[in-house]
Amino acid sequence: MLRILHQIFRTGVVTEPLPEDVESEVAIVGQRLEEAVRRRFRRSLAIREVDAGSCNGCELEIIAMNNPIYNCERFGLQFTASPRFADLLLVTGPVSVNMEIALQRTYNATPDPKLVIAVGDCGCNGGVFGESYASLGAVSNVIPVDAVIPGCPPTPFDLLNGILRLIEG
Amino acid sequence: MTTLYDIMITHVGEAAIAGAPRSQEPVRELCIPREVFETGARAMKGAGARLVAEWGVDETLLARGFALFACYAREREYLLVRCDLPEADPTFPSLTMKYIPAFRFERQIHSLMGLVPTGHVHSDLRPWIKFEDWPPDAWPLRKSFAIDQRLPRVAGDYRWARATGEGVYEIPVGPVHAGIIEPGHFRFQAVGEDIINLEERLGYVHKGIEKRFELLAPSDGARLAGRVSGDSTVGHALTYCRALEALCGCQPPERALWLRALFLELERIANHLGDIGAIANDAAFAIVLFQLSRLKERLLRLNHKLFGHRYLMDRIVPGGVSVDLPQDGADRIEQELSWLGGEFERIITIYDESPSLEDRLRSTGILTPELALELGTVGYVARASGQHLDCRIQTPFPPYDRIQPREIVLNSCDVHARAWVRVEEIRDSLRLIIELLDSLPSGEISARCGPLPKDSSSFSVVEGWRGEIVYWLQSGAQGEINRCMIRDPSSVNWLGLEQAVLGNIVPDFPLCNKSFNQSYSGNDL
Repeated sequence: MLRILHQIFRTGVVTEPLPEDVESEVAIVGQRLEEAVRRRFRRSLAIREVDAGSCNGCELEIIAMNNPIYNCERFGLQFTASPRFADLLLVTGPVSVNMEIALQRTYNATPDPKLVIAVGDCGCNGGVFGESYASLGAVSNVIPVDAVIPGCPPTPFDLLNGILRLIEG
Repeated sequence: MTTLYDIMITHVGEAAIAGAPRSQEPVRELCIPREVFETGARAMKGAGARLVAEWGVDETLLARGFALFACYAREREYLLVRCDLPEADPTFPSLTMKYIPAFRFERQIHSLMGLVPTGHVHSDLRPWIKFEDWPPDAWPLRKSFAIDQRLPRVAGDYRWARATGEGVYEIPVGPVHAGIIEPGHFRFQAVGEDIINLEERLGYVHKGIEKRFELLAPSDGARLAGRVSGDSTVGHALTYCRALEALCGCQPPERALWLRALFLELERIANHLGDIGAIANDAAFAIVLFQLSRLKERLLRLNHKLFGHRYLMDRIVPGGVSVDLPQDGADRIEQELSWLGGEFERIITIYDESPSLEDRLRSTGILTPELALELGTVGYVARASGQHLDCRIQTPFPPYDRIQPREIVLNSCDVHARAWVRVEEIRDSLRLIIELLDSLPSGEISARCGPLPKDSSSFSVVEGWRGEIVYWLQSGAQGEINRCMIRDPSSVNWLGLEQAVLGNIVPDFPLCNKSFNQSYSGNDL
């Protein structure tokens, strides 16, 4: 126990402020968010992550958002285990044919109003996998998408900036 | 000891014809008649060889029919056994009675290539990777199948393994899971808390990767290979490039080989750090997760600063590497790893001295050595169950022939062993990296890769962080890619998880699963 406490105190707080000059490449493709929606979500956003066919590279970075250095919970961003509690779906792609129905069901299980962000080059446009008998490509081919965060994979800063920018309008 | 090659010839007789795969690994090939395919498997089983993979090839564009391959391995020897199947009668004798993992391979061959396993009891022809709502005669890996077609969904049924009786109930989980992980479906049968059966259903992230390779220029394949399983981007890109280089006779410069090994070890450390933390976290010991993820983040940032990508994607290219170590790179890596090594030991002491953690990890999720061997498991899963399997040691390619990894094998076969193999591997990789940097040759970092020879094949294996990655690459009549077979370690290790959870309680499943941490994308392709 002493060792644990010692390690905690010697580590201190490692969380970093978000650099102001990080360029966000988020493109808002949906309509401008309504004022009410913004008030409702602000600083308390429940996110449901859905891997709809990714190579798991994007998942690594989404997990990294939760590490003590990025500490996304300080912004009120919290990952939830069920779409029923979610305000935002973070969807990685490309959407595989075998995940199409599960993604639609997850989308339908998420209460309105809801936001969807397509994450990664594959989520944005199919990436290296493209469209084929097995891949439907971009997330927007399957469910409505409000914003995209490109990158292969996008870094935790890209993700944080993308999400914050979307919910702050 | 008699080689597998000689044993095979002894058992199948004069009919065996030697093939000539190009490879930098100790591999040989025999083409045998279909009638003795199973006889050959029996001989391999008797010799103690494991089944590495089984796959089908459509060679109609090469004016042949189909071909079926089985790859066996024992110690440092790999043997490819090929048999030709006529186009009009694409059936082959099932190896399921000899080798358990064959049933998954054969279901996949049947689903995606339309070759039909026959024999005593191949009762399980349920679709695998392909789902029951695909048209049954859609065989994407056949040449006659156009990659860009959209398949209609048809009505279909999937027969799950069922358990009945008083008090038996079923828990379906997935494909969308509670955490930030990949999709897959698990179906448990349980009595009270005890798991009496687990059936996995994978294929949700099938993206048509093997088919996509056939459309790519060989030099573009490395980028796709680097995205077969994002967490193993270095391992997969390297295995693909080694297969490609063997095929076109390209020899990367020494400095590139050293840098590739450096990348491979950096990838191993980063993933193991994440895994050990995740295992502890699933036993509600969150401090280890947060502390180790801090170290992992530092390592990823080092990767980014020195090589321009946090996970080193696209840094391994055909002929070498795409980025050199900066002038002061070696010093910076040594400094950072020295800090990381110190912190790691402090955290591992905390991990190791927690009886409550030990209580959860020890004797949980046991995969017996017999099963680990029988199922053909690889990587840390095999090594935690007493199997001496590490390609870096058994079939070392430069620089591992000079800078030797330590063999890390544990015998307790449980979650703890799978975690502790990773602890020891991190320690060893830290040492390997220092030795690699101290002996880094100077010179070029890439060589030119020429065109592929026509109608030829090559084979490569690399010990990625998860275990043995296998590629088999075949060129077509115009020097294009005719087939690229990928076997991620997950394809065999997923079978181990099904067995390891039996008799455990349902709440320990996440812990068992984390200790395996297999790739869905690498399995589903």
